[in-house]
Amino acid sequence: MQRDSFNDSEKFVFPKAPTGVDGLDEITEGGFPKGRPTLICGGAGCGKTLLSMQFLIKGITEFNEPGVFMSFEEPSHDLTLNVKSLGFDLEQLKADKKLVVDHVRVERSEIEEAGEYDLDGLFIRLGYAIDSINATRVVLDTLESLFAGLDNQAILRAELRRLFHWLKEKGVTAVITGERGESTLTRQGLEEYVSDCVILLDHRVIEQVSTRRLRIVKYRGSTHGTNEYPFLIDEDGISVLPITSLKLDNEVSSDIVSTGVPGLGEMFNGGGFYRGSNILVSGTAGTAKTTIACYFADEQCKKKEKTIYFAFEESPQQLVRNMKSIGLNLQKHIDEGYLQIHSSRPSLNGLELHLLTLRKLIKEYKPTTIIIDPISNLISVGSEQEVRSMLVRLIDLVKVNNITALFTSLNKQTDTFRPDLAEESVSSLVDTWITVRDMEGMGERNRGIFIIKSRGMGHSNQVREFIITGNGIELLDIEIGPEGILTGAARHSNEINKRLTEIKLQNELDRKDREIARKRKVLEANIEALRNEFESVEEELSLLKATEEMQEKAARLKKQDNDK
Amino acid sequence: MTNNNEPATINENGVAEWQLLLYIAGQTPKSIKALSNIKKYAEEHLKGKYSIEIIDLLKSPQLAEGDQILAVPTLVRKFPEPIRKIIGDLSNEERVLVGLNIKPLNK
Repeated sequence: MQRDSFNDSEKFVFPKAPTGVDGLDEITEGGFPKGRPTLICGGAGCGKTLLSMQFLIKGITEFNEPGVFMSFEEPSHDLTLNVKSLGFDLEQLKADKKLVVDHVRVERSEIEEAGEYDLDGLFIRLGYAIDSINATRVVLDTLESLFAGLDNQAILRAELRRLFHWLKEKGVTAVITGERGESTLTRQGLEEYVSDCVILLDHRVIEQVSTRRLRIVKYRGSTHGTNEYPFLIDEDGISVLPITSLKLDNEVSSDIVSTGVPGLGEMFNGGGFYRGSNILVSGTAGTAKTTIACYFADEQCKKKEKTIYFAFEESPQQLVRNMKSIGLNLQKHIDEGYLQIHSSRPSLNGLELHLLTLRKLIKEYKPTTIIIDPISNLISVGSEQEVRSMLVRLIDLVKVNNITALFTSLNKQTDTFRPDLAEESVSSLVDTWITVRDMEGMGERNRGIFIIKSRGMGHSNQVREFIITGNGIELLDIEIGPEGILTGAARHSNEINKRLTEIKLQNELDRKDREIARKRKVLEANIEALRNEFESVEEELSLLKATEEMQEKAARLKKQDNDK
Repeated sequence: MTNNNEPATINENGVAEWQLLLYIAGQTPKSIKALSNIKKYAEEHLKGKYSIEIIDLLKSPQLAEGDQILAVPTLVRKFPEPIRKIIGDLSNEERVLVGLNIKPLNK
């Protein structure tokens, strides 16, 4: 709104105080409004105090902005203890004159009201605290306690109005927390006074899984994310997960990463997967999805690519042991630091928490490959829509970071081989989809693998049988019988048949050869006989000829004698 | 800024003297009124066994935290214990006397 009017030469940037809370700065596009009060409201136990405390501490540690924490609820040492587990040392900050924690105790039983008063005492205390360390950030947690302690609401409301005005004049960035009311954002209607920025925290439990959410109700003078964003409280404090900050403009790579499974690479024209693409390996139970995933992990680790393996079914130890049985040594990669295996039950957290954990790990460890095994297990903790949105976010997350991701998905044993929920959710999102399936027949079960799709890469259309032995996976050559491809025993008997036929053929050929030799021999014998015959005839004829010549000679001689 | 009417003593019954603190923020009409009010009540009910100390928070703001001062003017009964606080200009005599436990409620 305000931004648009300043788009001439220099772009106006609304002054903001960065919160230092992971993800929140993205949603608020820079932080809370600088020099103005921000209201954080929500029900009990949804993280109001923590968020405000984190705002203050991050302000000190990251942006060098000293802060005052005025607590109306918890005593100073309780606060110190509470946030210590999150790695914040309040005592140290206090000693460094960066932080003042003032506990304002309002005890109704101790206070009697007799006549007119104002809250100058509070102002003076706050002012004194601010001035003593030149604070620029102030947290008032929870102002509403005043309403419980003081009777005269008229004075209180007037004084609160004055307080916020005074805070603005002081130029401090203030955070005020408020308990959520039944029909209003806060029980005492604090949003009336603080109108610059209001953030609503919410803690919901759906089907026994709790999710914390955050929403910016309003933010004057600035654009902001308007959705509900899930957030997580863990050992590092609060982190918020922006949903819609994801755009489809990630960089793409034409690098090929090897599949790790011998023979599978040849099914792709490129010889493997594109780097940064995501691959879905789906199949029914026991079709070696995990094995394929581990092969992929192993291959990546061998190439010194950092890999994270999320196992939702097996513990790291179990996975390592199981893979050892087929000749994969994952422990070696773990020791070398190229592989991390994270195991947890999907129901441990809500979907968003899983995603946040993932996000954190990606940020910290910077892997180039992640494997989620299996993605379908996550469905047990959310509705279809939630799962879909979570998967979209997950896939976008890895794409933005140019991480090659391989998901496995367990589908139900159906005759139709129709994709089920998990597949449906991700099938349009993944770049490569490989299916492993059981091929039953002749009293046995065999495994087949085929590629359903592979974006931007030609691929084989064959169903290849593969076997898993002590040496690992092996893709077998295609074997086609009269009724389609052959697997297992059928392949075996077909091979025997083929060999028999071959032997038969060879025998036949040999026999033919021998026949020819025999024929030749006979022929040659005949030729010899004819030649002999010819020779004898020739001899006879020449004898006859000689006799005739002799007779003629004799006749001539006789005639000569007669003439004489 | 002390206004001791009597030296600090404990009378023969063993009852401690009344120590009162009045927190104000500058010489505002409310604080002047509060001071004159408490002086009047004290003279009337606690003659000879009380002391009133006036603390101006504008001059010594660091003192506000110790007694958990929120509103001004605030009258604090330091002694006898337990500590009692009365906020306001003390114009409601009934409430002040009840608050200070000088007079039981609804007498």
